[in-house]
Amino acid sequence: MRRAVPGWVLGVAGAVYAFLHLPVLIIVVFSFNDSKFSADWVGFTLEWYRRLFERPDLLRGLRLSLLVGGISTVVAAVFGTLLALALSRGRRRRGARSLAEGLLYVPVVTPEVVVGVSLLMVFAVAGIPLGIGSITIAHIAFNISFVAIVVLARLEGMDRTLEEAAMVLGADELTAFRRITVPQLWPAILAGGLLAFTMSFDDYVITSFVAGAGSSTLPIVVYGMVRRTVEPSVNAISTLILVVTAVLIFVADRLAQARPPAGRVG
Amino acid sequence: MTGSPRRVLLEWLHRRPGIGTGVLAAPAGLWLVAFFLVPLLVMAAYSWMPRGIYGGVEAGITAEHYRRFFEPLYLRILGRTLLWAVGATAICLALGYPVAYAIARSGRWRRWLLFLVILPFWTSFLVRTFALIFLLRDTGLLNGWLLRLGLAAEPVPLLYTPFAVMVGLVHGYLPLMVLPIYASLEKLDPALLEAAEVLGARPWARFRRVVLPLSRPGVIAGCLLVFVPSLGAYLTPDLLGGAKQVMVGNLVQSQFATARNWPFGAAVSFVLMALVLVAVLVFLRARDRAGAEG
Amino acid sequence: MSPSAPPAGTPVARPTTRPPVVEFVTVSKSFGDTRAVDRVSFALHSGEFFSILGPSGCGKTTTLRLLAGFEAPDDDGGEVRIEGEVVNHRRPYQRRLGMVFQSYALFPHMSVAANVAFGLEQRATPADEIAERVARALEMVRLEPGPFARRMPASLSGGERQRVALARALVLEPPILLLDEPLGAIDLKLRKAMQLELRTLNRELGITFLYVTHDQEEALTMSDRIAVMDHARIAQIGTPAEIYENPRTAFVAQFIGDCNLFDGVVEGPAGAGWAVTASSGLVAGGRFTVPSGAGLAPGGAVRIAVRPEWMDLFPPDAVPARENRVDGTVREVFYRGETVHVVVAAGGGGDRPVVVALRNEGQLVRPLPWRPGDPVAACWQPEDCQVLEAE
Repeated sequence: MRRAVPGWVLGVAGAVYAFLHLPVLIIVVFSFNDSKFSADWVGFTLEWYRRLFERPDLLRGLRLSLLVGGISTVVAAVFGTLLALALSRGRRRRGARSLAEGLLYVPVVTPEVVVGVSLLMVFAVAGIPLGIGSITIAHIAFNISFVAIVVLARLEGMDRTLEEAAMVLGADELTAFRRITVPQLWPAILAGGLLAFTMSFDDYVITSFVAGAGSSTLPIVVYGMVRRTVEPSVNAISTLILVVTAVLIFVADRLAQARPPAGRVG
Repeated sequence: MTGSPRRVLLEWLHRRPGIGTGVLAAPAGLWLVAFFLVPLLVMAAYSWMPRGIYGGVEAGITAEHYRRFFEPLYLRILGRTLLWAVGATAICLALGYPVAYAIARSGRWRRWLLFLVILPFWTSFLVRTFALIFLLRDTGLLNGWLLRLGLAAEPVPLLYTPFAVMVGLVHGYLPLMVLPIYASLEKLDPALLEAAEVLGARPWARFRRVVLPLSRPGVIAGCLLVFVPSLGAYLTPDLLGGAKQVMVGNLVQSQFATARNWPFGAAVSFVLMALVLVAVLVFLRARDRAGAEG
Repeated sequence: MSPSAPPAGTPVARPTTRPPVVEFVTVSKSFGDTRAVDRVSFALHSGEFFSILGPSGCGKTTTLRLLAGFEAPDDDGGEVRIEGEVVNHRRPYQRRLGMVFQSYALFPHMSVAANVAFGLEQRATPADEIAERVARALEMVRLEPGPFARRMPASLSGGERQRVALARALVLEPPILLLDEPLGAIDLKLRKAMQLELRTLNRELGITFLYVTHDQEEALTMSDRIAVMDHARIAQIGTPAEIYENPRTAFVAQFIGDCNLFDGVVEGPAGAGWAVTASSGLVAGGRFTVPSGAGLAPGGAVRIAVRPEWMDLFPPDAVPARENRVDGTVREVFYRGETVHVVVAAGGGGDRPVVVALRNEGQLVRPLPWRPGDPVAACWQPEDCQVLEAE
C-alpha cells in the first residue's frame, strides 16, 4: 500500500537529510580547496594532505588508535559474546537474568565523562600508570556491553531447535555450538566487533582522561588540531578518517554477508 | 565415544548448568566489575571525602561537595543542562518524526533512506562536530554566504553560542530519534489505516487516532536515546559552546583537568549519573505503560 | 455402524519376547509448579505408527522431548526406556533417534546435501559412503540429488524442506523416528500426499514412527495406534477405530469427531439394558435406555456419547419402537458432501442442539425431506451409544 506523504513532511525530511550530511560533505570538498582561510572555492590542491605527512604526531596517533582499537575489539568481542551466551543460555533464575540484562545497559547510558573520570580515579588509586595499557583497559570496559547487546539480540532471535536438531543427529554440545551456533552468530559478532572498533577508534572523551601525557590516540591529536588551527589540514584528516571508516564498514558488510564455510559435502 | 574426557566433561557440565553459565560470564563480568563498577564505587567514596592539598583527598567524611553543588553558580549549569537536553529532545522529535514517517512510506527507497540515517553512527563524532565548526565559525561557510548575500555587514557570531550547542546536540543525536520511531511505524499494519478510512476517518484523524498512539513506544524510546546523551554531553558544548556555554559534563571535566578538585568533580559526576538513571527509569516506565495500552 | 462391532484396523499387539522399542513407565515432567506430563505410560511396538494426539498444551510435545532427550523426566521413579534400556538422563546425541521438527530445523547455512550429511559426519562415516547414502536418502524422499544437493534451505518450498528434514533423519537409519507436527505448515493437498508417503515409508523401512499431532483426522488416517492426551495425561490409547467408536471419556469423544452427549441417572434394568432418567429436558419422555454392562448400577450417574451418524431422523409420529428419541425442530441443514448434517433444536429450548448425520444419497435426485422449522424426532437405538467414564 502506498499512501501519499504530505508535502511538508517530505520537505522536513529533505531538510533533515541535508542537515545531517551536507556539513560532512562540505568539509570533504574543502579539504581540496587551495586557500588557507577562505570559505570560497579557490582551486584544487592536495597541499593539505601533503602537510599531514609532516606531522609525526598524527601518524603516531593513528598507529596507537589502530592498536588500541584492534586489541580492545578482539577482547571485547570474545568477552561480550561469552557473556551474551551466558545470559541467553543460562536457564535458571529468571529474575537474576533480567537484572543482569538490565545491568548490561548501564555502561551504555553512563555519560562518557563519568566513565572517564571514575576510571582515572581508580587508576590513580591503584597506581596503574596512564598510557596504552590504561587506554586499552578502558576501551574494553565500555565495548563489552555493546558487543554483548548485539550478540544477545541475535541469540534471542535464533531458532533453538537448530541446536536440538544437531544433537539428535549425534552432535554433542560443543560440536553443535561450533557447527550450528557460531556460523549463525558470526554476523552478529562481526557487527558487534565493528561497532566496538568504531567506538574505540572514535573515542575522545574517555581516552582524554586515561591517556596520560605521552600516549595520544588519533582523536586526541585531531581534537588538538580542531581547537587550535583553522588550517584545512583538519578537513584533510577528517576526510581520511571518513574514508577509513567507510572502507571498514564495507569490508565488514562483505564479511557478514559471505557465507561461512559449509559442511564437507555440497 | 561415551567415555571420552570431552563427553564426561560435557555430561558433568550438563548436570551443573550454573557452572557453565558462570564460566561464560566470568571474563566479561570480572572486567566490568573491576573497570566499571569499582571505579564508580571509588568515585562515590571520593565524593564524600574532604579535599586534600594536591588535588587528592584526605581521610574523613563530608557532604561539602554536594552542598557546594547547590550554590547558584552550579545550579545554573545544572538548569542549563536540563533545559538544553529537553530542548534538543523536543527539536529532535519534531524533526525526526516526519523523517521516520517519510522513510516508512518510501517504498523501494526505504533501504537507502534508512542507510543514510544510520550512516552518521559510523562517522566520527569528532569529525561531525568539526564539520559544524567549519560551517558556523566567523570565517565559516554560513557567514561567508550571509556576507555575500548582504544579509549581514560583518560576521554574525554563531559559534560559541547556545545556538551552536543546540545545533550540535540535534546533529549528533537526531538519528537516535528517527530509528526507534521508524521501527514502530514500520510494524504498523496498513490494514489498520484502511479500517480507519472505511470507518470514515480523515487523514489527520487517522494519524492522530491510529498512527500516533501506536508509534508511542518508538517516540518514548527515541526521546530516551536523545535525552540521556544530551544530559551527559561533553564534546559538543566543549567545542561548539566554548568557555561560556558550560554543561554539567564540562564542569566535571574541569574539576579533574584544571581545578584539580577531584572530590567535587566526583560529586558532580554522581549527580549527573543519578539524573541519567532517573531519566532512564522514567522513560522505561512510560514505555511499559505505552506498551501495555498498545 | 454399530459401536459394538469388533474394532477394525490392523492388529498390532504382536506377541514378542523382545522389549518394546520405546516404553514410558509412569513418567512425569514438571516445570516449576506445573506438570507438563503426568504419570504417562505407554509402549511402542517395533514398526508401528503411533500417534500422540491432543490439543495444544496437553503435554504431547513435552512427551516427545522427553523421548528425544531434550528434557529429563522428574526423578520420581518414572522411566523412559529405549529398546529396554533406561535412558532418563542420556543426552540426545547418545540416543540414536531420528527426529523431524515442526519448523524442520534445517541448518540455514548448509546446503541440502550438507544438512543430510551432518548426522553421518557425527558418526565418523567415510566420505564416499556419506555421498552415496545422502544421495540414496534424498531419492527415498523423492528429491532428485542432482538438482537438489547443492541448494540452500532458504531456496526450497515448504514441501521440499519437509522432505529434506525427513531425509536428514532417515539417512541414519534410526530404529525410531520422532515427528513433531511435521505437516502443520504445508497446504492441505500436499499434506494429504505426505500422509500417504509417510505411511508408506513406515511400512517399507520397518522404522517405528512416533507422530505428534493436534489434527485428529491426520491421526486417524495414519496411525496403527493413537494415544489421546489431555491435561498432561493420556486419556485413552487404542486403534483409530477403538478411539473413534469406543471413546472412553467425553474429552476423547468430543476431540475426535463430533458427538452428542446425554447425561442421566440409572433407574434400573429395562429389557436387555438399563433405564436412565435424563438429567436435562433434552430427551423426550425424560428417559432413555443404555445397553447393559459398562459397570452401571441403579442410582449411579451415567453419561453417554452418540455419534451423529449413529442417529436417524423420523417424523415425530412415526418413530419405531425401542428407539431413544429427542423431539424438536430442525434448525439448520448443512450440506457436507458425503453426509448431510441436520441440527435439531430440542423442544426444551435452552439445551445444546443435537446433530444428526445422514448419508447423502444425492440431494439433487433424492433430496432429504427436512427443512428448517420442521418438527422432527432425532433417534438412536439403545446399543448405538458409548457409555463414558467420568473424567
